[in-house]
Amino acid sequence: MTIVFDGVAAGMLLFLISIGLSVTLGLMNFVNLAHGAFAMLGGYVCVLLLGQAGWPFLLAVPTAAAAAALAGVVLERTLYRRLYAASHLDQVLFSIGIVFMSISAAHYFFGARQQPIMLPDFLLGQFVLPGIDVGIYRLFLIVIGLGLAYGLHWMVRRTRFGAQLRAAVDNPRAARGLGIDVDRVFTLAFALGSGLAGLGGALGVEMLGLDPGFPVKYMVYFLIVVAVGGSGNIHGSLIASLMLGLFDVCGKYYLPQVGAFIIYAVMVVMLIFKPQGLFGRSAAK
Amino acid sequence: MTPAALDLSPLRRAAAWHPAEFAFWLLPPAAYFLFPDYLALLSQIAITALFVLSLDLILGYAGIVSLGQAAFFGLGAYAAGMLGKYGWGDPLLGLAAAAGVAGLIGFVTSFLVLRGADLTRLMVTLGVSMMLFEAANKMTDITGGVDGLQGIEMKPIFGAFSFDLYGKTAYWYTVIVLFLLFLLARRLVNSPFGLSLRGIKQNVLRMPAIGAPVHGRLVTIYTLAAAYAGIAGALLTQTTQFASVDVLAFNRSAEILLILVLGGSGSLYGALIGTVFFMVAHHFLSDINPQYWQFWLGATLVLIVLFARDGIMGLGRAAVARLGRKAP
Repeated sequence: MTIVFDGVAAGMLLFLISIGLSVTLGLMNFVNLAHGAFAMLGGYVCVLLLGQAGWPFLLAVPTAAAAAALAGVVLERTLYRRLYAASHLDQVLFSIGIVFMSISAAHYFFGARQQPIMLPDFLLGQFVLPGIDVGIYRLFLIVIGLGLAYGLHWMVRRTRFGAQLRAAVDNPRAARGLGIDVDRVFTLAFALGSGLAGLGGALGVEMLGLDPGFPVKYMVYFLIVVAVGGSGNIHGSLIASLMLGLFDVCGKYYLPQVGAFIIYAVMVVMLIFKPQGLFGRSAAK
Repeated sequence: MTPAALDLSPLRRAAAWHPAEFAFWLLPPAAYFLFPDYLALLSQIAITALFVLSLDLILGYAGIVSLGQAAFFGLGAYAAGMLGKYGWGDPLLGLAAAAGVAGLIGFVTSFLVLRGADLTRLMVTLGVSMMLFEAANKMTDITGGVDGLQGIEMKPIFGAFSFDLYGKTAYWYTVIVLFLLFLLARRLVNSPFGLSLRGIKQNVLRMPAIGAPVHGRLVTIYTLAAAYAGIAGALLTQTTQFASVDVLAFNRSAEILLILVLGGSGSLYGALIGTVFFMVAHHFLSDINPQYWQFWLGATLVLIVLFARDGIMGLGRAAVARLGRKAP
């Protein structure tokens, strides 16, 4: 049971980071491989605020998310928006370029070493229930993940902004004609996506580690989540990342000799049977 | 009823050899005499050029996005390595075996890859190559894992030209293989088959309407490109007499994608020229500072996507067009 719990926690962490990607890639249809770079930025900001400035954890994490969102706005205004209409290949190459630059910048400012993080006392330790050891930080991640999933789902489906975003993605011209400021909606959505990445990055330092190679090391995982979950919906990403986390952790416990082979195999098989992802919109959109 | 006469002369002219092309192919022999100290690097350039060419065939001409071409490179490298290790060290046999193995796996996986759209293809090609990487990484008793395949012995080519310490034979060998396969690719892309691939890239819905078997064409070119990549991998193993799991790594797939975009995809010479630029810059700049190199590589990519979509070849064509306008 402990393994299942760890798997769920790992999956929830993946979800936290990749949910931002399912906003940019999923809703806005921009293949943003640089997503991990925003997560890394959030992680570094959080570590710096905690370690050097001595901020409390619960304040540092939202600030990290805000910093990533800000970076997202700046990059969206200057660069990303030129490529909304470009082909997927161009977007891939562009964001790989951003990843490379962010990696060297992180090297330059922080060096190649792993960054340590000090969690506050109330998140440390674990308690024992019958048959299951519950790490408090992992429980914390699961609670936050579920809360965010619900909040985002509510935002996209129920709020005015969510409706505007869906309209702007489905048909930008008609949305403009209805008086929706499409550029502003996209900028906000991009900020939301990168802010969530920063949040996930800040929360993930404890479990995933943080060094300049971060954006490349986990890029594949984030992409798998979105590809398997199907683009443009939140419960798809949630279920996909939970599955991925479970398969990954259980695979490493029970079949260590096979290793990461499992998740790639799962991904390929899923994509063969469901090319649009588990809950993707149909191709005839 | 006779079919309407078609004027094919523009296509014939495109297929004819341009004087600049002859000049280009004088460069490899010239490089041999000008830079005798850099033969190892020059061989690497030729091998990478062949690898990039294989990606150009599927991406530049047929529009199949792939992040997993290293899978076939690695298969070819291991196929040639295994043969060399167990006493079948004839280089040409190694090339044929590498092409066969990579082509076969390419054929089988093409059916997976060709389902779905760009993003799905990206993920499936990536997934297939990562699975191979993990498999090779775990099966250390066969592949040698990270330590690599040791004890590969190559026999002389045609029984006459043995691989020497200075890499002279290796250089001529790789360049000649590259040239022959380039000729084949050039013939292919200017054939009706190549034209139909470009048609598929431009409008995949209309091609069936004029009677082109889209799926069959894509399977064929994907298989062929896999064989090309396999041969490139075999060349690497044979000239360095070493193969490790690194030949299957994701970085290789990403790198050739960058090179192709740098040179200009959809043009065979773009693949070659991009490789030369990239490898030379990489060799000299990464000596100064590896991080520095990566930063500027990233910046170059961003600039290319924003301003020079067809890479070096596109810039060259634009310059030629401008000169042509100024001097009527």
